[in-house]
This record gives sequence, C-alpha cells and structure tokens, in this order.
Amino acid sequence: MSSGTPVIELRNVDKSFGPIDVLHEISLKVGEGEVLCLLGDNGAGKSTLIKTLAGVHQPTRGEILMDGQATRFSGPRDAQARGIATVHQFGGTYPLMSIGRNFFMGMEPTRGFGPFRVFDREKANRIAVEEVQKMGITRITDGDRLVGGLSGGERQSLAIARAVYFGARVLILDEPTAALGVKQAAHVLRIVNEAKRRGLAVIFITHQVMHAMAVGDHFAVLIRGAIAADFRKGERTREEIADLMAGGESMADLEASIEGPADAAEGRTAAAPL
Amino acid sequence: MTDTTSTGGPAESPRAEKPSPSLSLGELMRSPAAGAFMGFAMVFIVFAIFGFQRNFLSVGGISTWVNFASTVGMIAIPVGFLMIAGELDISTGAVLPASAMTVAVISGYYEMPIMLGVCAALSVGALIGFINGMIVTRTQVPSFIVTLATLFAVAGLTLSLSIVFINTTQTSLNAPDWAKTLFGGRLLGGFRSSVFWWIAMIVGFIFFLHKSPWGNWVFALGGDQESARNAGIPVQRLKIGLFMLSSTSTAFAGVLQTIQFNAATSQANFGMIFNTIIACVVGGLLLTGGFGTVMGIVFGTLTLGVVQQGIGYTEIDRNLSFLIIGVMLLIAVLMNDTFRKLATSWSTKKK
Repeated sequence: MSSGTPVIELRNVDKSFGPIDVLHEISLKVGEGEVLCLLGDNGAGKSTLIKTLAGVHQPTRGEILMDGQATRFSGPRDAQARGIATVHQFGGTYPLMSIGRNFFMGMEPTRGFGPFRVFDREKANRIAVEEVQKMGITRITDGDRLVGGLSGGERQSLAIARAVYFGARVLILDEPTAALGVKQAAHVLRIVNEAKRRGLAVIFITHQVMHAMAVGDHFAVLIRGAIAADFRKGERTREEIADLMAGGESMADLEASIEGPADAAEGRTAAAPL
Repeated sequence: MTDTTSTGGPAESPRAEKPSPSLSLGELMRSPAAGAFMGFAMVFIVFAIFGFQRNFLSVGGISTWVNFASTVGMIAIPVGFLMIAGELDISTGAVLPASAMTVAVISGYYEMPIMLGVCAALSVGALIGFINGMIVTRTQVPSFIVTLATLFAVAGLTLSLSIVFINTTQTSLNAPDWAKTLFGGRLLGGFRSSVFWWIAMIVGFIFFLHKSPWGNWVFALGGDQESARNAGIPVQRLKIGLFMLSSTSTAFAGVLQTIQFNAATSQANFGMIFNTIIACVVGGLLLTGGFGTVMGIVFGTLTLGVVQQGIGYTEIDRNLSFLIIGVMLLIAVLMNDTFRKLATSWSTKKK
C-alpha cells in the first residue's frame, strides 16, 4: 500500500542530552497506510524517539523529512500542525471531563462573537460521538458522559479518533495496549487497522510482540538507542523478535535464568544448556 | 482553528437547558453543584427553623451573612479555579491587607484620588499573583509551599512598609461619596455593594469557566497537565493568569472592605485562607483538581456565611459554628467522592 515517498522519515538521527547519548543513527520511514512497529525494552530510547518525532526534542544530528522535504519542528504544536499526532499510554484524556470536551481539547468549537464566544457543546458532542462511532465504538452514544466512565480501550479509541479527525497524517501510538486486557487490546488493534485503512502512517510503539505482529507491516527493534533490527512483516518469527527485544539474548536463556535457583543466577550462561 | 458557526447573539446562553428537560436534570444531578446546593438548602432550613424567632429571615439577618459571603466568595471562586487547575493559593490572607493598606495609604493618608489608590491596590494584587505564578511554573515547588512563602513574605512586607510610610499599622480612609456608594454602600435595606459586585463577578466567572473555551483548559490543567501541554494549551501562561486572577480578586475584596469600613489594618487575615478553601471544598471541588463548578463554590460560600454569621440570628449557640463547619467540611469531602463516582459512571439513556 505504501506509495513512493514516505510521509515521515528519519535519517541518521542522533539525540544526546549533554554528554549522554540516547539515540544513535536512527533511520526510519513510514509511508501512507503503513504501520511501523517500534519494539524495544524499557529504557531502549523509545520515549526519546517519540518525543523527537513529536517535536518535543530537536535531533542533535541527522534530519527529519516529511514528504521527502527536510524539516524541523519548532515545538510540539508545530509538529501537530503538520499532522503528527501522539497518543499516549493512557490516551491523554481527562477522566472528569465529558467526551465532547475531551475530543475538542485545545481546538474548541465556538459560537458567537469576539469575547463572547462560547464553547459549542452540542456540536462538540455530536461530532465526537460520530467520529468515535465511525471508529467502531458503538457503545458511546452520549457526548456528555465523562471519560472516566469509559474503559481503557475506549479511551484510546477516543484519542485516536480525535487525532484522525483533526487531520493527523502520522499517528504515533505510545504503548496503547500496555495497560489493557486482551479484549480491550484487540479493540485498539482494530482501530489501528482502521487508521491504517484510512491512509495514516502509524508508528506503533509496544513491547508486546503479539500486538505488534497483529498489525505491523514493518518492524524496527530498538536496543540502547540504536536500531538493532529492521525487517518487514513475515521475515522473522515471534521468537526471533522476542529474542531481539531482550537485547540479543535468547529468550530461552532468560527463562532459564529466571527459573533456576537464586544461587545459580550468576551462571546465566551456565544454565543455558538446559 | 475554531470555526464559528454564524448563529446570532440573542439565543445564546439559555440554550440547551430548555429543549431536553431530562438531560438538564441529569446534568444538574451529576454536577458538583448539586451536593453543594443540597447542603446549603439543608443548613438554611435548619437555621431558619431555629432562627425564626430571632430575625434570621429578616432582611437584616440575611444581609449579614450574604455580605460576609460576598467578600469570601469573590476570593473563593478564583481560588477555586486554581484548585480545579490542580494548584492552591493561600497567599490571599496577605494580599487582602496589602491591598487594603495600599488604597488606604495612597487615598487616605496621602489624600490622593481614590481611583489611583484602587488601581494601585489592584496592581499590587496582580503583581503578587504574577510572582506566585512565575515561581510555580518555573520551579517544581508545589503551589501550596510557594504561596505559603508569599503569604508570609507579603504579610511581613505590608507590616514593615506601613511603619515606614505612616508609622502605624492601621489607618483610616474616608472615600468620597460616589466611591463610598459604588464600593461600600448599602442597598435594599442592608446589602453591601460588595454583594452586587460579587453577583457580577459570578456571572463573569461562570462564563469563563463553563461557557468559554478557556474553561476547558482550566479543567484540563487539573485533569492531566502533560496531556494539556500536548494538546497545545499554553499551560504556563494560563496558570500565571489564574494566579493573577486570584490575587487581583483578593485585592479587590480588600479595597471594598477598606472603603466599607473606612479603615485598613496591615494584620494578615489568616481566617480568610481557611474560609476560601472551606467554601471551595463544601462547594464540591476536589483537592486533586479537574472537577468543580462556579455555582458549587457560590453555594459553599453561602453555606459558610450562614454558619459563621447567620448563626447570630438563631437560637443555636454561636460557639458551635466552628464545630458545625468542621463536621460540614468532613461530610462534604466524603460526599464529593461519592458524587465524583456517580458522575463518572453516569450515562444517559438513548435519546
């Protein structure tokens, strides 16, 4: 499905904070209607990478290209204006606010003139409910409901629907399924597919290999700030990916070291032959 | 960014409430103001029963606690905004005497025009709010500590500066008649003009918090600050603005008090801090932020007014007022939690 120039591309991007290098030589690209899964253990530099993509950080070296043009984001708002939307683990929603208000946060529709512009609650609620339903969440019918009453998956869906509605071209999903149960996660994955079908470039960050394999077209494994592997769908098995994420050590080794008695823990390699 | 549909001005504010009564009832019930209103109604009825023989329901009786509530209320609402935004402002206890002394020294002691004194007092308030806001947004220090620090700093400064300028800690102010009427007069048999100022401010504050898009941002600050920033909301400027609003409103209350009573003292008003926070909590605000209504705070303030001032017009022992406030506060906090749960689980039937 991906056609020609990628929507967003990183070329040899480095990011360091003072003397600490967090990202080295990251090169990635995502095209329209493509899902890039970014896999990595905790501390692999995923968050820094997301923040660099979302305009929060500037790359120390290297360049970011949008539609083939080298570009710089002056800040998160700039990146957003150019169609980069980030949805965080907990959906970036406000539990004690209504669905309509959540949906239009920062982009409130208004009626009236000048200083007497008022928030157009009905319009906000109507659009929010419509958009969420289009994403396949039919349980949401009332825009006045508070988001706190929704399930984790529904919140994610709301956040994704919001990003799609506001014209996102690149959707960055930061661990959207991490805190969810199996059913809820399936829900979110279905919505990722829906976003992909609508031609968005999706960057899906996760450490759950199963979820990645369910939706991904392209995979990149991040280890200690560098891309350790880069492959397309079907090129690796689940076990291989899991091994890669664990830092190159075979998962079987890790399992052995966990199961072994505590006093044998130092002998991870020794335990390996099991 | 925002598309303005061209609906005319007139049918603006009273919309939505009328067409679907079931919806507005639901909205009323799950609103944090509902609990506050019921609390107020209950306290009022009990006090009215005990005060029936003691003029509790006379104009004089009602105006006493409404006057008190108006001063607390015009401070409590913007303090409540900060609470909704997840912050706290307790420097109000020092801003009040600081602004009172400013207007009294300038317009009373030095006999300069009253409006100059009023403007200077409001500027003092705005400046303190700005300092609060800057420190809170630039550092990671909780606003409780920051405003505690400014509370003491400003209180000390007010005392020592009044010694420097007028060599005493109290002074009098005799405002010209028009100013006296505008800022401190009595109307309708006992209501201070501060009551009418308060009503005007309530209207403005309701518009700000519940109607304008800005209100959304205030709630977002208290809901999830990081997400608010990601959504492009100017978090820092908004916060500084809210701190300035709170201390400027406090300064205004100080000005009204000074003109009303013809005198100002530089003693810090620690009671006011507690009054505003009690009014907010009884009004259904959560200390964790993200939830609350202006009308809730209004009812909270009125309840406080009845218990603290209205008690003098009843057969209830005056000394019990603190006890009642304490118990009320506890009940309110427990109820707020229940109301929040109700609010999140509430859903309308299919329309």
